Amino acid sequence: MYCLRYLLIPLLCALIGISNASRPAQAADLETALSGLAEKSFKSRLKAVDEIAATQDERASEILETLTKGKLFVANPGKHIVMEDPATSGAYLFAATGESAGSYAKAAIKKVKINNRMRSAIRKALGTLTLGSKDRNRRLTAARSIFNTRDVSALPLLTNAIAAETDTAVKREMERARAAALLASEADESDKLAAIEIIASMGNQDALALLTQVADSNSGVVAERAERAIAEMKSTLALWGTAQNVVYGISLGSVLLLAAIGLAITFGVMGVINMAHGEMVMIGAYVTYVVQDVIRASMPGLFDWSLLIALPLAFGVTALIGIAMERGIIRFLYGRPLETLLATWGVSLILQQAVRSIFGPNNRLVGNPSWMSGSLELGQLTLTYNRLCIIAFTLVIFAALFVAMRKTSFGLQMRAVVQNRRMSAAMGIRTKWVDALTFGLGSGIAGLAGVAISQIDNVGPNLGQSYIIDSFMVVVFGGVGNLWGTLVGAMTLGVANKFLEPYSGAVLAKILVLVFIILFIQKRPKGLFALKGRGVEA
Amino acid sequence: MITRLLLRSLDRGSYWFLGALALIALLVPALHLLLPPESALHVPGYAVALMGKYLCYGLLALSVDLVWGYCGILSLGHGAFFALGGYAMGMYLMRQIGDRGVYANPELPDFMVFLNWSELPWYWYGFDSFAFALAMVIIVPGILAFVFGWLAFRSRVTGVYLSIITQALTYALMLAFFRNEMGFGGNNGLTDFKDILGFSLQSDTTRTTLFAASAIAVGLGYILCRLITRSRAGMVLTAIRDAESRTRFLGYRVEHYKLMVFVVSACLAGIAGALYVPQVGIINPGEFAPANSIEIVIAVAVGGRGTLIGAVLGAVLISYAKTWFTGELPELWLFALGGLFVAVTLFLPKGLAGFVLQRWQALADRKAQPGPSQTATNEGAAQ
Repeated sequence: MYCLRYLLIPLLCALIGISNASRPAQAADLETALSGLAEKSFKSRLKAVDEIAATQDERASEILETLTKGKLFVANPGKHIVMEDPATSGAYLFAATGESAGSYAKAAIKKVKINNRMRSAIRKALGTLTLGSKDRNRRLTAARSIFNTRDVSALPLLTNAIAAETDTAVKREMERARAAALLASEADESDKLAAIEIIASMGNQDALALLTQVADSNSGVVAERAERAIAEMKSTLALWGTAQNVVYGISLGSVLLLAAIGLAITFGVMGVINMAHGEMVMIGAYVTYVVQDVIRASMPGLFDWSLLIALPLAFGVTALIGIAMERGIIRFLYGRPLETLLATWGVSLILQQAVRSIFGPNNRLVGNPSWMSGSLELGQLTLTYNRLCIIAFTLVIFAALFVAMRKTSFGLQMRAVVQNRRMSAAMGIRTKWVDALTFGLGSGIAGLAGVAISQIDNVGPNLGQSYIIDSFMVVVFGGVGNLWGTLVGAMTLGVANKFLEPYSGAVLAKILVLVFIILFIQKRPKGLFALKGRGVEA
Repeated sequence: MITRLLLRSLDRGSYWFLGALALIALLVPALHLLLPPESALHVPGYAVALMGKYLCYGLLALSVDLVWGYCGILSLGHGAFFALGGYAMGMYLMRQIGDRGVYANPELPDFMVFLNWSELPWYWYGFDSFAFALAMVIIVPGILAFVFGWLAFRSRVTGVYLSIITQALTYALMLAFFRNEMGFGGNNGLTDFKDILGFSLQSDTTRTTLFAASAIAVGLGYILCRLITRSRAGMVLTAIRDAESRTRFLGYRVEHYKLMVFVVSACLAGIAGALYVPQVGIINPGEFAPANSIEIVIAVAVGGRGTLIGAVLGAVLISYAKTWFTGELPELWLFALGGLFVAVTLFLPKGLAGFVLQRWQALADRKAQPGPSQTATNEGAAQ
């Protein structure tokens, strides 16, 4: 195959006439080709388009593009083909050379008209012409457009361009385009088989569609090979599908983890069910909204930093609300978890209505900073940057919390209180302080979760409500007072949800997961990672 | 023997309560039907339906109080049993529409015609019969409560864990009923009812009859709850509430008692739902929303947990407050409700009824013997 190509190149070069030596001759060629555009009949103008393309002149693609826009003119006297000078209005350039042609009166110039046949010829010509463009992206687009049109006539050009190409990614794209065109042509069997190899190595849906077409339109060895490639590709695609489910599941799981981790802390340490936890998430999201609003109004340049500014603010605001709740309400209700549940539910109603009264009942728009938009393509996976950022952010928060629990004295005190409150008090730990700070920490993390969630979900007064039950499920499933349990619980539920979705739909998947948890909790009433010890039964 | 049992179970407060209920059951219909509309004492039709609705919530609160106040099971999913009972009744009412629907299909309810269904799903069979529907009103919530309770109590899921999974239960049911494929009308639920047992739902007499039926149901439900709580089994239930482990070590099968009371309570909730639907005229998945269940729990807390009468009064009070607030000050309703949650749990742990009883007791004690009053501490009750 390669040998063949090397043999072909000089031959083709000679045929088409691209070489540095032939440059002066070429300009003349272009001029003659252009003069065809001044002809009256569409037929000869169509021919002129093909001729312009065939010159492979550097200016050819620019001329053809100008032509499709209707900005190419015939100037009299002399029937020169001219285009508008972008630098000075009213002045014109010679299309063939790009040199100034001076100015013409309106009556002296006439637009070169095109019809649909010409238009498609131009499009085709542009596809092949841009293969030789200096701009890498244009070459890439050209190769892709040939892949899609499977234009057999572009084959020699492609072969040519492949040999000259130095960029590996563009080269690969061109080879694929060539393979696609080959399969549509009358090439012999061995070439087609090799082309199928190349297409099969792409492994995506486009390739699958192309090969299916090949299998249908060909017979014999080619069709057989295509069938085989299709079967192989389907299994790899299924694999990618699984990978996609896992990644999306982890993405959902990280959101769940963010929402649940603060809850796990307050529940684990204090045995307090904080029904207002969802509202802390909601307030965190609204803090982001306010920050962005202020930035938009006063210093738009900082917009990309808005999330980083919102993070500490959200943490601070929600942590303060959390501490106020603990000091004002919850501390009077220790030892009565059910009453705490009801009181915090009351707080959640008040917070919801407060936000509704201040910001209105409608959803608010929170924007993505520019560095979070776009997506990463990994094989057949498409990962949006905001999802990736949330996964990374969750891991950072988790790690930071883990370190805080293990390495700081506050973490030590917190763990001591979880294990045995009275003993800790006897050892001189100010358990009340630990309670208040723990509650502040849990709420603050909910606020951070709100900043993250504002990037992927609607920010409205009911935001918290939609996360609270899921977060509880994570905590109950993972077990209380253990960060690993929360991590495993969140990821399991996230991935399970995404795997069930294709079979049952999103809503049914959620129901199935809930039913699963209800059944699971029968088996292990204290969750996956239950604390063991004396304090637990209290 | 039954009379003796009743006499032993009902105290003076009960007689007052039942008497008041009977009075309402007679007076409201009479004021509605007998007095001319221009009379000052005339009760308009919408008010009858509204009060009927309050009584249904009262019955639901009664069922919550039975499990929470007397057995310490805080169910945040009683709305599910209520809604299931409501759906059972709604299905009967849907079948009664017959060919008077928009699509005039004699076989299928409107929403099924709309979804292009060709035949009735199997679980709709039998709902043409009122008796069958009534049976389902009790059986469906009962079975759900039995299965759920059997699983939960057997593996000793208690306290907040139980609360959370009951909440998950009603949430899951809500999501399920929102699906059109379930065959219960999806988002819109069941509505557009015409008549019940051949009587038009719009007529005054049907409305008042339903109201009276609700009052009677509350009365009977109250008597049932009293019988249960004053019986030996009721003593065990209270023991379980106050010290579950100790009761178990004394040799009682704790999970059996819990299961029994949970199922009874669910059936009561189902009946409440069944009475609710014809008076309100619609049942939709929104009734499964966890917030509804929590609202009724707070009604019980406000009225007084473990007092039964207090639960009913609390539910009526809260429902009335909700009607008033959403009419007059819709912005403030959630503030008021939220504030009430916090205030009641902080300052009135035994609710209004408990507070009144305590004062009364203290007064009686002071009269009987001057000296330090002996109010029994009930710390364990909260667990």
